[in-house]
Amino acid sequence: MKKVGNHNSISRILIFSLALMLAFSLTSIAQTAAPVAADAAAPASSGADAVKGKELFNSQCAACHKLDAKMTGPALRNIIGKHDKEWLYKWIHNSQDLIKSGDPAAVKLWEENKPSVMTAFPQLSNSDIDNIIAYTSEPKAEPVVATTTAGPPGTEAAGGVSNDIILGALALVMIMLIVMLFLVNNVLSKIAKANGIEVLEKEPTTPIWKAFAKNQFLVLVTSIFLILASAYFVYGFLMQVGVDQDYAPIQPIHYSHRIHAGSNGINCKYCHSSARVSKHSGIPSLNVCMNCHKNIAEVSDTTATSEHSKAFYDGEIQKLYKAVGWDPSTQKYTGKTEPVKWVRIHNLPDFVYFNHSQHVNVAGIECQTCHGPVQTYEIQKQFAPLTMGWCIDCHRKTEVKMEGNEYYTKIHEELSKKYGVDKLTAAQMGGLECGKCHY
Amino acid sequence: MSSNKKYWKSVEELNENSSIVEALRNNEFVEEIPTDEFLGDKSSLSSSSTTRRDFLKYVGFSTAAASLAACEGPVHKSIPYVVQPEQIIPGIADYYATSVFDGFDFANILVKTREGRPIKIDNNKIEGAKFAANARIHASILSLYDSMRLKQPKIAGKSASWAEVDAKIKASVAEAKTKGKQIVLLTNTLASPSTEKLVAEFIAKNPTAKHVIYDAVSSSEALDAFETAYGERALVDYDFSKASLIVSVGADFLGDWQGGSYDSGYAKGRIPQNGKMSRHFQLESNMTLTGAAADKRVPMSVANQKQALVKIYNVITNGAIATSKIENEDEVIKAAKQLKAAGSKGVLVSGIQDKNAQLLVLAINQALSSEAFSTVGTRQIRKGSNEKVNQLLADLKAGNVHTLIMSGVNPAYTLPNSAAFTAALKKVSLSVSFSLKEDETASITTIAAATPHYLESWNDVTITKGTYGLTQPTIRPLFDTKQFQDVLLSLNGAAGTFYDYLKANSSALISGASWNKVLHDGIYVGASSAATPTSVNYGAAASVLANTKKESGLELLLYTKTGLGDGQQANNPWLQEFPDPITRVSWDNYVTVSRADAEKFKLENHNVADGGLNGSYATLTVNGTNLENVPVIIQPGQAVGTLGLAFGYGKKASLKEEMQVGVNAYSLYNNFNDVQTVSIKKADGEHEFACVQSQKTLMGRGDIIKETTLEIFNSKDAKEWNEVPKVSLDHKEVDATSVDLWTSFDRSVGHHFNLSIDLNACTGCGACVIACHAENNVPVVGKEEVRRSRDMHWLRIDRYYSSEETFAKDDEKKEGFNGLFGDKGSLGGFGQMEQPGDNPQVAFQPVMCQHCNHAPCETVCPVAATSHSRQGQNHMAYNRCVGTRYCANNCPYKVRRFNWFLYNKNSEFDYHMNDDLGRMVLNPDVNVRSRGVMEKCSMCIQMTQATILTAKNEGRTVKDSEFQTACSNACSSGAMIFGDVNDAASKVADLVEDDRMYHLLEHVGTKPNVFYHVKVRNT
Repeated sequence: MKKVGNHNSISRILIFSLALMLAFSLTSIAQTAAPVAADAAAPASSGADAVKGKELFNSQCAACHKLDAKMTGPALRNIIGKHDKEWLYKWIHNSQDLIKSGDPAAVKLWEENKPSVMTAFPQLSNSDIDNIIAYTSEPKAEPVVATTTAGPPGTEAAGGVSNDIILGALALVMIMLIVMLFLVNNVLSKIAKANGIEVLEKEPTTPIWKAFAKNQFLVLVTSIFLILASAYFVYGFLMQVGVDQDYAPIQPIHYSHRIHAGSNGINCKYCHSSARVSKHSGIPSLNVCMNCHKNIAEVSDTTATSEHSKAFYDGEIQKLYKAVGWDPSTQKYTGKTEPVKWVRIHNLPDFVYFNHSQHVNVAGIECQTCHGPVQTYEIQKQFAPLTMGWCIDCHRKTEVKMEGNEYYTKIHEELSKKYGVDKLTAAQMGGLECGKCHY
Repeated sequence: MSSNKKYWKSVEELNENSSIVEALRNNEFVEEIPTDEFLGDKSSLSSSSTTRRDFLKYVGFSTAAASLAACEGPVHKSIPYVVQPEQIIPGIADYYATSVFDGFDFANILVKTREGRPIKIDNNKIEGAKFAANARIHASILSLYDSMRLKQPKIAGKSASWAEVDAKIKASVAEAKTKGKQIVLLTNTLASPSTEKLVAEFIAKNPTAKHVIYDAVSSSEALDAFETAYGERALVDYDFSKASLIVSVGADFLGDWQGGSYDSGYAKGRIPQNGKMSRHFQLESNMTLTGAAADKRVPMSVANQKQALVKIYNVITNGAIATSKIENEDEVIKAAKQLKAAGSKGVLVSGIQDKNAQLLVLAINQALSSEAFSTVGTRQIRKGSNEKVNQLLADLKAGNVHTLIMSGVNPAYTLPNSAAFTAALKKVSLSVSFSLKEDETASITTIAAATPHYLESWNDVTITKGTYGLTQPTIRPLFDTKQFQDVLLSLNGAAGTFYDYLKANSSALISGASWNKVLHDGIYVGASSAATPTSVNYGAAASVLANTKKESGLELLLYTKTGLGDGQQANNPWLQEFPDPITRVSWDNYVTVSRADAEKFKLENHNVADGGLNGSYATLTVNGTNLENVPVIIQPGQAVGTLGLAFGYGKKASLKEEMQVGVNAYSLYNNFNDVQTVSIKKADGEHEFACVQSQKTLMGRGDIIKETTLEIFNSKDAKEWNEVPKVSLDHKEVDATSVDLWTSFDRSVGHHFNLSIDLNACTGCGACVIACHAENNVPVVGKEEVRRSRDMHWLRIDRYYSSEETFAKDDEKKEGFNGLFGDKGSLGGFGQMEQPGDNPQVAFQPVMCQHCNHAPCETVCPVAATSHSRQGQNHMAYNRCVGTRYCANNCPYKVRRFNWFLYNKNSEFDYHMNDDLGRMVLNPDVNVRSRGVMEKCSMCIQMTQATILTAKNEGRTVKDSEFQTACSNACSSGAMIFGDVNDAASKVADLVEDDRMYHLLEHVGTKPNVFYHVKVRNT
């Protein structure tokens, strides 16, 4: 598995120092990443009917039908071309009655789609159905060409290009200046020569490094500085060994938290349900994915970004189907499964005991506190350093949420009397004791 | 000024012409160093193209590469379920109730599973679940993950499929049926209504078939006696809690006598309440757990016990059967008189393997109308009949058996004459052995049928009459195994699996309860009525017993050890390393001899180091059979003229090399009689024992184990029998507890855990030791390391003998020392006190980390790896420990254990932690320690933290019984009680205020959070 991330610390330091240099030299250039908040151009609406129809389609029909592909039921684009309106009214209001009445078209449809029975929709009025038909009769929108679609805030494709250009231009100007200075100097000395003016040769002075080497004080100060500086860097290097902040490995399935938790607003604990009760947050088993993905075989056009196309995302969903053994064409499980081997991102050492339910359920801490703005992550990464100092720091500052938890009633009363405070931190509760996490 | 002195290295140098001198002048060593041995031979060395420089380059490169590679973090994979089972939440344990019986041990247990794998066995505490797990049942979880298990069926030693096996058995059974030849099902006691029904159906279909029950360690005589007296083959389930006087004639009922599991009832009566506790007389030849617990123990050979039993019978029934005179007769008569006086509150039990003796036991208890003796709910766990097994062996020898199907038995190992059995097996047309392992028997039968472990199978078990327990699988079968019952089903031509059969069959047995409820509870208790006695001439039995001819020569009593029992689990490293509670020897069996006999036969024991005990070898001869190189242990309390030897050792088949220890006592088990006449002869050489306790006696240090008698306990003030040690403060004697070097922290807020250990209730059974191993991933280190005193048990059970007759007399003697020399001199006196008496008092004391509030270990740790918590636990941060071992040096209780080596994934320590299968038993909530760190009892902090978290999650306070440690959970006698002393309603808060409470080494001022209760003896 290829890894993107921080494991190569030497290159990280190099990049860091480069960034430092740039920061000093380019303070004037602000990082401009103006979020272009614009949806992809919506298809032109063809009248009020179709807009209402779209709403109705999404709420009533979309669970089983798609416009252009077969799902549980057949594709519905241009359905009016296949059946007449009156027939459709009857069918939608109660398909089973129509089949029983022996209508040949209805029987044929039933034969094709057995055993899925279409739900009867007596609540839909004829005008509602008209609206839906109007929506289904809209021509298929042209695939949106990803020209100027801008990603959500955070991706800064344009900013990088402009920076490069400005840097290049600056470098060019510098070179031009140097060349011009050299040329001017040349011309001036030529003129001076021609005019017979003696240019005073500089007296040979001791080179600066020699002067430096002779000044023992300077050498002493410099070497102390160098030693301290290198000690600082060595310490820094050693301290980050095993700290995998920003570790973002490539996963076997490109799963985007941005789409799920961000755009779709799915609660973290819907998938990571065991975080509420167990020490593990749990990687959701594939049957949890299939709760939704049974019906969602492709992403919407608006999900695609300049970085990842719709086809890419759809391909990832196919990977899920392969792993879980779902055949989308027959809408059935094949029974052939191949478990997904995710790359674990958050790796606590064996000697640390961490329990999610203590933090999520008892303390009511938001997942984002430790895992960062997950809803914006295209690829999940390790947000926090997960070092002991980081844990301790939080335990020192965080006040324990005791309200409404009977367990804490007595201990809170006694401890707040002892410490003379109203609110207690985790540390005051004994949250800094070694054995609370190490056993 | 320099000296011109010449130093001669040897006299050789005086001789100028000596070649050695010349050689030494030129070379450092006279002879060439045998470098070939470790470097390879010279020619290949010189022909190698690798020069020294190259070598250094390679070393440099690999070091650099290794250190560079170390910067890269390893990539961990996380593989979730495809479809997660509903009941499994990763990180949350599931418990399954199950009842087990493996032919020897039985229990009602809860199996803890994590992510679908069983990791621990706990006691089922639901009402009706009577039998707690012993050390072996606790350890059986590891036998599930035994890498030496039979992984698929084999035909003639070659792997085969089940279809082939089934077909072969079917054909053979059909052939036997048509030819009218014998088919024999040889099994252990089944105690399973469904399996018994299946067997009956099999016999009905095949009239030439018969079922023979064979218990490796026989209880046949007791069964015969009960059958004669009550017309039913069963054993009495005594309730010792109802007895105020217990007389045991050679019955080790705290051990494995008639199945054992009597400790909880016994312990109930042993805790003094309202000034009363039971009194216990024990007449026995080997020193047993029961003898150690007794108020009065009289060492006595089994031959004499028979006479004693008749004498007691005489007293109880006013009979006058003539008996021969025995030693300590007055003690026996005294016990008999007290028994008679106790009436229905008295009970007599006996372990003598003699039908007449067992009849007398029934007669005496009937005469007493003893409350502890009840024929309601008799034990069904032993059914074997010596007679029938002997008949089968004769049939086999005569070639009368056509098909032999064995299940749960290993006769090639457990029969005294296994060679004859092996030879006779060749006359059988088809032999099948259903076995967990390719043991001695399965490796010589035609078919070795791999069976699942009880944790992988369905079964039912009736331990006592009227109860019905279900055995349910807690994991999918690990290997290609099939239950004996499933094969029987297909032989009977029935459809479906044994599970269906069991379910259908159970409905008749669990009237008024649903299958799901019984499955959930693990046990169903129905009604049971008393057996009806028939008239038996007990007087005649007594006369026959009294006239038993006494054999001349030594008497050998074969017994089962607490660790290995009948030897089924010999490949279990936890049980092998478990130190015997009495001898404290692990990894061995041995012959126990009294000191008098040892002197007579010039047998010796001597300590060579802490943990290292050396002993002579001896050759035992029984009836012409020699058992050679039997190590000898000199056992205080062993009756003179008797020897003891434990079953279960000396196995070789499908055992890891390290576990192939000891000698096979079954080879002397002639006629299934545990008493044999034997001669002993010293053999050459010395055996190296791994004995974890080199000191045998308390040396009069009464403050380690405080003992008193019931009389003193009842009549005197607690200060007299539970004296607080004194120290000198400002030249005044004050209570040690009132003086302190440190200022105490306020521990009144939150939880404060304490563990109470009642020395009266502790029987030394060792269940806690194994439970601790399982819960805390304690490694097994092996015999060699134990010998170096590097055992890793977090919890040990110290055993002390008294030097005089009682511990009280030891204390007196020590107090009476006057000066260094002379009769009362301490110099000789202490030497004498090191020797245990010939019939010493014995006391057990479980010792684990005492979790001192003022812990000496904490103050000496240079890196603060061990520190104290507000909740009373002494924490050990392994990741912080640098291994200075200062803490262990400074610990007055010697409870800290050091990881001298890496004990996991290390082929040098080839136990369960070295294979993938064995590591499945590890508790994922507890760290597996690495080399070079100190470890010790954590007071099961993972369990207390989990309890607190559950309460927090549910938003409630913690109930008292919720706080548990592995040891307190495993303790069925109620000796260990754990809890929060800050919770006034808790049991432990009461116990800490008890008069009997004391701390170990109180004068040191460590203020431990573990406390003990003074042992009271009712002498």
